[in-house]
Amino acid sequence: MENVLKVERIEKYYGSRSSLTKAIDNLSFEVEKGEFVAIMGASGSGKTTLLNCISTIDRVTSGHIFVDGIDVTKLKGNNLNKFRREELGFIFQDFNLLDTLTAYENIALALSIQNVSVSEIDRRIKKVAVDLDIKNILSKYPYQISGGQKQRVASARAIITNPKLVLADEPTGALDSKSARMLLERFEFLNKELDTTILMVTHDAFTASYASKVIFIKDGKIFKEIHKGDSSRKNFFDKIIDVVTLLGGDLNDAL
Amino acid sequence: MLCRLSLKNIKKSIKDYAIYFFTLILGVAIFYVFNALDSQTIMMNVSSSTQELIELMMNMLSGVSVFVSFILGFLIIYASRFLMKRRNREFGVYLTLGMSKRKISLILFFETLFIGVLSLIVGLGFGVVLSQFMSLLVANMFEANLSKFTFVFSSSACIKTIIYFSIMYLIVMIFNTISVSKCRLIDLLNGSRKIEKIKLKNPYLCIIIFIISSIVLGRAYYIVVHEFLTLQEASDIMIPIAMGVFSTFFIFWSLSGLILRIVQSLKRYYYKGLNSFILREFSSKINTTVFSTTIICLMLFITICLLSACLTIKNSMNENIKKLVPADAMFSQNMNMDKYYDDFRKYGYNDLQIKNSHYTAREMFKIFDFDITSYFKDYIEVNTYATHDLTMFNTLGSKLNDIKVKFPFLEYDSMETIMKISDYNKVARFYGIKEYSLKENQYMIIADFESMIKIRDISLKNKEEINLFGHNLKPKYDSCQEGFLEMSSNHINAGIILVPDSVVDEEYLIENYLIGNYKTTDKDKITKIEDSINALGNDSKANDYLLPSGSTKLAIKEATVGLSTMVTFIGLYLGIIFLISSAAILALKELSDASDNKERFRILRKIGTDEALLNKALFREIAIFFILPLILAIVHSIFGITFAMNILEVFGNEELLPSIVVTAIFLIFIYGGYFLITYYCSKNIIKERY
Repeated sequence: MENVLKVERIEKYYGSRSSLTKAIDNLSFEVEKGEFVAIMGASGSGKTTLLNCISTIDRVTSGHIFVDGIDVTKLKGNNLNKFRREELGFIFQDFNLLDTLTAYENIALALSIQNVSVSEIDRRIKKVAVDLDIKNILSKYPYQISGGQKQRVASARAIITNPKLVLADEPTGALDSKSARMLLERFEFLNKELDTTILMVTHDAFTASYASKVIFIKDGKIFKEIHKGDSSRKNFFDKIIDVVTLLGGDLNDAL
Repeated sequence: MLCRLSLKNIKKSIKDYAIYFFTLILGVAIFYVFNALDSQTIMMNVSSSTQELIELMMNMLSGVSVFVSFILGFLIIYASRFLMKRRNREFGVYLTLGMSKRKISLILFFETLFIGVLSLIVGLGFGVVLSQFMSLLVANMFEANLSKFTFVFSSSACIKTIIYFSIMYLIVMIFNTISVSKCRLIDLLNGSRKIEKIKLKNPYLCIIIFIISSIVLGRAYYIVVHEFLTLQEASDIMIPIAMGVFSTFFIFWSLSGLILRIVQSLKRYYYKGLNSFILREFSSKINTTVFSTTIICLMLFITICLLSACLTIKNSMNENIKKLVPADAMFSQNMNMDKYYDDFRKYGYNDLQIKNSHYTAREMFKIFDFDITSYFKDYIEVNTYATHDLTMFNTLGSKLNDIKVKFPFLEYDSMETIMKISDYNKVARFYGIKEYSLKENQYMIIADFESMIKIRDISLKNKEEINLFGHNLKPKYDSCQEGFLEMSSNHINAGIILVPDSVVDEEYLIENYLIGNYKTTDKDKITKIEDSINALGNDSKANDYLLPSGSTKLAIKEATVGLSTMVTFIGLYLGIIFLISSAAILALKELSDASDNKERFRILRKIGTDEALLNKALFREIAIFFILPLILAIVHSIFGITFAMNILEVFGNEELLPSIVVTAIFLIFIYGGYFLITYYCSKNIIKERY
């Protein structure tokens, strides 16, 4: 299978010469098309920095990141924005929906900044609304809907542009367990049925157990990588917990 | 400690609110400049009558200054409340750290003090520099020679500025203290996180209100433009003004709901780029700013009208002098006053003066041992006549009752001025204006005062005949003809009846005129002649004989220059203050919105919006807010200026375009400048820093 994402020996340093912090230290991995990958790690392990580097919000100190064969570390200015809006989809912990716009308009915005025609926008939104079960809240404002619904609207906005890669940063972080489960089931659906490639950062083992592969990060390095394979989600969850325990238990409090 | 905190706060916010400080400095500077005007005229060589006019002007300007200080005071209070709101979180943190409200008030007190002192110092410095340029302008307007440049500093204006602004800042301090003592910690901490509910107005209600407001506004326009002559009392004008104010408010109110709906239905446009975002921002913002938008619109309207009307008055005054004062001097002498003994006694003339009133102006000068004609290169003498048998009652004739209903304030029993056609033609030849001829049974009316022309034309059109000294006369023309006898700076000729020479009965001679041009053209020599004529009033004979009253080109010119300068300065003063106040309010509002919107722009950037598209969205958003009140203000102004010109028609209105151009330049520079600064500052605020 082809690689959608290839991270090649990247490093990210913070601070000045006198007090250097290595947030990411010589890290490499690959994500294949149609994979659902979770990245786990404690606070300060460098997982959010990694996501920011992949999403081109932050720049690496050295190394290369290829998305669908394009080296994103070489992109600049408007090419960067173009790449970001055409090749990537984002889902954030705090939803990042515009509170002045309705759900429909929030989703439409991702397409209208790409100059997609009105009829095409409408067609795609109708379809994605069915996939994510948000059909009856499209005309509502963010303040009128629940956190879970908001995150599904944000997910719709992320996938509507048919991105090569969907990046999710703690998508269940602000949700209650029921909403989180519902969202993750949708993610599973998007991944299985629509072949969407998802890279998700989380420190929650339950959330990670929906992925097909989990990469553990500690101190900016890959600690372990486990695959779900044919095991059930329950078994995979136990496996993840084992690694978390091994990691030093920092993550236990998140459960 | 508190002092240092305040200083740091100012330093931190000075970048974001530079525009506010800039406005304060400008306000102080302008306040100083206009109050220091008199000191600039002191070293100029001007006549005593001009000096009196300058004094009058300064009195007017200091009255206007009180009004201006109110406006600036409101601006400062509004702005400081605004800046306070932006810092709710900061105050919240102070409170959670255990700082007392009294101490927070103290911090604010220090801040206001620093800002006040700083803006006063800088503003006064700027004002002093600006007033040096102003003296050039003043000298130019009074046509005085500014032989050498002198640095002027008006300590009285300086002290006045400091006192006025200190009072304003003191009031701000009180306001701040009150609002700090009233606030609650939870609101302070959560203030910025409050979710704003988006309320969409009922579109049908919006449409109905919009239509009603437009109709009301149209009606108000119609009243001020077409029915202004029927407004019988000055207070009647308040009705269309009130209509205008309310309809302005409701038009903005309904527009806020309507524009979004309309554009939303244009899906192709709405879902293009960031249009949906811009429009949503706009409608959510205008919902909360209908009131201030209305105020700004009205202030802009007043500014435009004030500036263009004042400049027009100034221009046409200067223009009028050229046309309406064609000769150097005119002296008029009341004659046969004993015929109307009771009338003249009432006006305050004594018995001897009335008795000795059978001399022409020239003869009267002789009695005072003054040979006026020896100073003249050429001169003419003409007479006017009047009789109680010919008043406006008679000239208006059968149409009187119709006219009376419309214009009840006219004095219908005043005697008409009658003149022989040959006498008038003598004057016309002397003035270089149009001459007329009449047949034996004809009469005509010359006038140049628009409102009176309108009234008289009604009767003339009706071919109203008059009976004078036993002769029946028919009107030659069906409207008043252009012409005048008395020299004046304005169109004030309300009507002179010209009749054939043969008709006139010399017994009814009431006034004699002596019109002449001096031999000399030297201003100083003319001043000397006229001073000696004025000195005749001190002669002991003046008690027994009535001295001819004169109106000379020089005197009219000086009075006009003074008046037009006064009007110009008051217009400029108020116009600039109004303009910077409204622009500053808008700018502050937009800037604080930009900081609120930082988050929204960050989201847009995250989903991959181009920087150029973001800037365009920001530009459009700010532009809409600046332009919206301006558009309605311009529409208002079209009718407002028309009305003002009708009211001020005595001044003539030939010079409207140049003053509108000047007004537009002012608008573009000041308002446009504020707009651009706001845009660049907002761009700075939403810029991501990493």
